[in-house]
Amino acid sequence: MYPTDYLYTKEHEWLKVTGSEALVGITDHAQDQLGDIVFVELPEVGKTFSAGDEFGTVESVKAVAEVFMPIDAEILETNANLEDEPELVNKDPHNAGWMVKIAISNPDQLKGMMDHAAYAVFVEEESK
Amino acid sequence: MDNDLRRTPLCEAHQKLGGRMVEFGGWYMPVQYSGVLDEHHAVRNAAGLFDVSHMGEIFVTGAGALAFLEYLTPNAVSALADGQCHYTFFLTEKGTFIDDLLIYRFNAEKFLLVVNAGNQDKDFAWVEQQAKAFDVTVDQAGPRYAQIAIQGPKAESILARVLGSDLSDIRYYWFRTLEWRGMELIVSRTGYTGEDGFEIYLPNAGAVDLWNTLLESGSADGLVPAGLGARDTLRLEAKMCLYGNDIHETTTPLEAGLSWVIKWDKGDFIGKAALLAQKAAGPTRKLVCLEMLERGIARHGYPIEVAGNPVGEVTSGSHSPTLNQPIALGYVAKDHAAVDTEVDIRIRNKTARAKIVKGPFYKRKA
Repeated sequence: MYPTDYLYTKEHEWLKVTGSEALVGITDHAQDQLGDIVFVELPEVGKTFSAGDEFGTVESVKAVAEVFMPIDAEILETNANLEDEPELVNKDPHNAGWMVKIAISNPDQLKGMMDHAAYAVFVEEESK
Repeated sequence: MDNDLRRTPLCEAHQKLGGRMVEFGGWYMPVQYSGVLDEHHAVRNAAGLFDVSHMGEIFVTGAGALAFLEYLTPNAVSALADGQCHYTFFLTEKGTFIDDLLIYRFNAEKFLLVVNAGNQDKDFAWVEQQAKAFDVTVDQAGPRYAQIAIQGPKAESILARVLGSDLSDIRYYWFRTLEWRGMELIVSRTGYTGEDGFEIYLPNAGAVDLWNTLLESGSADGLVPAGLGARDTLRLEAKMCLYGNDIHETTTPLEAGLSWVIKWDKGDFIGKAALLAQKAAGPTRKLVCLEMLERGIARHGYPIEVAGNPVGEVTSGSHSPTLNQPIALGYVAKDHAAVDTEVDIRIRNKTARAKIVKGPFYKRKA
């Protein structure tokens, strides 16, 4: 269910790290909780964020959810497909539904994140 | 906390169908099953089945029933025939909303009032208090009654087949009682979706049977269970007000664009004097329909601005599944409330342009 080579946060974001860059999105659990996603708002390319900053919003029919940057980062690219097809986040949250590509400013911060097994346990605990 | 919530007789049925349960107005209700968009489209194109047992039923009976309801509510109760119902309000002396409701006339001495779930205790207390001066009996029947709504272009054929009864002669805002499996059902051609359909009132004990029978029989026609999420997007497209959002104890029917309900030439009713005064002066704000011109979804509570100045507030807003674009309702100061006026909606830390449009956003083809 959760890709084994990704890192995860307690706010239900994922990171796919490749060298000094990473893709960021929300997890399958997060999209399931939100329901039908109809609008995704993403930041400008070049913008920088500190760990914990809100960098975007995801809106389902009923609810608005903020998306948080797990680590210090600069935005390199945003997923332009989400403008016309926000439902990609529902259909393929861990791949085609990625939200932003970032430059990792401080790789040490990755150490605090969960791996797929820890995240799966976290989700289970949280929904009890 | 879930244990403190009220449950309808269909609660277990919802959970078996995979319904996602949430708190709504003190009730534990399904917000969605397969998904809000699927359910919404099913209602527009085929049919949807809603558990609305959380709504409150109040029977008013007795020789004074007609005179009492004429005084209690602003629509013309005396214009109702047996078997007919209409939309109306409970108003404060200030002319503001206590609730919106339907009144059903069985005969001149028996009426059914159907009120909002979250208001039913407040409403019953209000009706009881006002009833003291009249020769009537007031019965809070909500706890004994379930309500199931079947809505959509296929609703009539599915329901007629299940009930074994021709329903084509029940016109919009009329109703009939009929027997089904030893129970008395009240079947009315009404709804909260902007689609053709029916609302069925029945004793709690029969709710699961009717629900399951309808779903089994109707699934081949595209009937699906639909939750509160779809109910909200459907009613918003049809510009039907939601108490607590679009109408409340600080707004009046004149402001909400619901003056068509008020029958000025009937006798006195609670709130009449205040509404006459507001009518003479002209309401200072108006409930309007909004379409977004820039990306963003206006939501309940977001400020509406013109040239950086606040002129109002969004009361309901969502993505419209039928139009595939964001839509909203909101109150705007009267000087800025004309159709085609452009306004800004403050969405979190920025604004997005929107335009006032003539409602409703969706009207079914006759």
